[in-house]
Amino acid sequence: MSTETGTVTGSDTSRIHNIGYRSYDGVRPGRAYARRSLFSQSLRGSFGLGRSAKSKVLPMLLCGVMCMVALILVAVAMATPNMTKLPIEYTAFAIYLQAVIGLFIASQAPQSVSRDLRFKSVPLYFSRPIERLDYVIAKLAAMASALLILTGLPLVILYVGALLAKFDFAEQTKGFGQGMVSVALLSVLFAGLGLVVAALTPRRGFGVAAVIAVLTITYGAVSTVQAIAWETGSTGAITWLGLFSPITLVDGVQTAFLGASSAFPGGEGPGAAAGVAYLIVVLALVAGSYAVLMRRYRKVGL
Amino acid sequence: MYDPTVARLTYRALLGRRRAAILFVLPVLLVVIAVAVRAFAGADDDVASGVLGGFAIATMVPLIGVIAGTGAIGPEIDDGSIVYLLAKPVKRPTIIFTKLIVAIAVTMLFSALPTFVAGMILNGNGGQIAVAYTIAALVASIAYSALFLLLGTVSRHAVVFGLVYALVWEALFGSLVPGARTLSVQQWSLSVAEKVAGDGLVTSDVGLPLATILLVGVTVAATWYAGQKLRALKLAGEE
Repeated sequence: MSTETGTVTGSDTSRIHNIGYRSYDGVRPGRAYARRSLFSQSLRGSFGLGRSAKSKVLPMLLCGVMCMVALILVAVAMATPNMTKLPIEYTAFAIYLQAVIGLFIASQAPQSVSRDLRFKSVPLYFSRPIERLDYVIAKLAAMASALLILTGLPLVILYVGALLAKFDFAEQTKGFGQGMVSVALLSVLFAGLGLVVAALTPRRGFGVAAVIAVLTITYGAVSTVQAIAWETGSTGAITWLGLFSPITLVDGVQTAFLGASSAFPGGEGPGAAAGVAYLIVVLALVAGSYAVLMRRYRKVGL
Repeated sequence: MYDPTVARLTYRALLGRRRAAILFVLPVLLVVIAVAVRAFAGADDDVASGVLGGFAIATMVPLIGVIAGTGAIGPEIDDGSIVYLLAKPVKRPTIIFTKLIVAIAVTMLFSALPTFVAGMILNGNGGQIAVAYTIAALVASIAYSALFLLLGTVSRHAVVFGLVYALVWEALFGSLVPGARTLSVQQWSLSVAEKVAGDGLVTSDVGLPLATILLVGVTVAATWYAGQKLRALKLAGEE
């Protein structure tokens, strides 16, 4: 590498000066590094880390609410004499606090993807050595991990609390494991749905409303119709109606396979056969949202 | 107090492109549910009241209120194009009032009308249920629009706060803490509906006089304060 300044002689009238610009010869970390960076930035961003103090408030508050509820449940379990288990099942926790989870994904999914579209930074990402695949995978994985932290942390608190309270170790570990599998499924499903909806609009505010609408409107519609089906005695319909909203899908899967008691009216959760249908729908939704995102980013703008 | 040009621009912002899609989907869903329930369960006053109260008033009206109320002013403040409007010789309270009228009209159109249609499908206005819930939706539209329009001028995260109010406060706290129900637009509007509907099909936790005072008070105060906010609006950069 030559650094000394010199002149290159040409003809007498024109002459090119070498003023010592150097070409880059450092390490080029490459595609995997860019993908990891995008993942960690998105994950940190979901909790407001590395962003302004104002944008930390909501995600931290929601995370705090989740953990606080878990702590209160543990405190109740410890304070009450003769308790042999926690006042709530591990798998039921996320279902009870679905409003908090919904608000988290609704507020963070648009901030993860809508602002990239709005400020046209997506072309800048793709000028780096990452492919469409890397962007989609990194964003999906980051959102799912953020949700897993949000839903898994309170379960860990419950588990540690249960062990400290000297509840049956084997039983608690089994319940905890089932709960973690269920929230992992929920995280991937919600992350996929949230990002698909958010990626369709560059407006953050509208994205928030659209994500929450997808989650609550479907749940509101399904639970209303389920309640009516319960009142009119058509219990068979309750099972199948659960297929039409994300949270009842998760409820159905964990009722069928993870030993949860269903939150459906009358506890009419699906059995193993219907549970397979639930699982297929969940996996299809996850795969579908991945496919839609891949299609969405074929064109960088809107 | 009413500026036709501002109104036209707001209508276009609210009903243009994708935003309109979500506004159309919700009412269609309500009507589909109504048809399905009628087909399954037949005409029944309790069921009709359950669908209209549980889905239409509790979920649909607040959501449409959030979208229309914050959507009337939020995006303009968000992308900074509000300065072009504020630079015109139009009084700031006039802008707010006009936007409020538009938001109310849109919310009423997309919430009260489908509520009425769904009510008619469910039980053909038996026990005045369809009319009662339509009136509740109309009243709630006004209060929600004013409230969420104010939120739109106060915060950049208006939609989130609006949703927190609608979902967490009204739905979650409202069902757990009885006192929270006194401070809920939904209950105020239901108390108006209670007056219209026959024999205890609609129930509210708030008396009619108190509900009326609170409804009018909240609407007027929110509109006035939103006008004041807009007079001294500070445009912040995106964080």
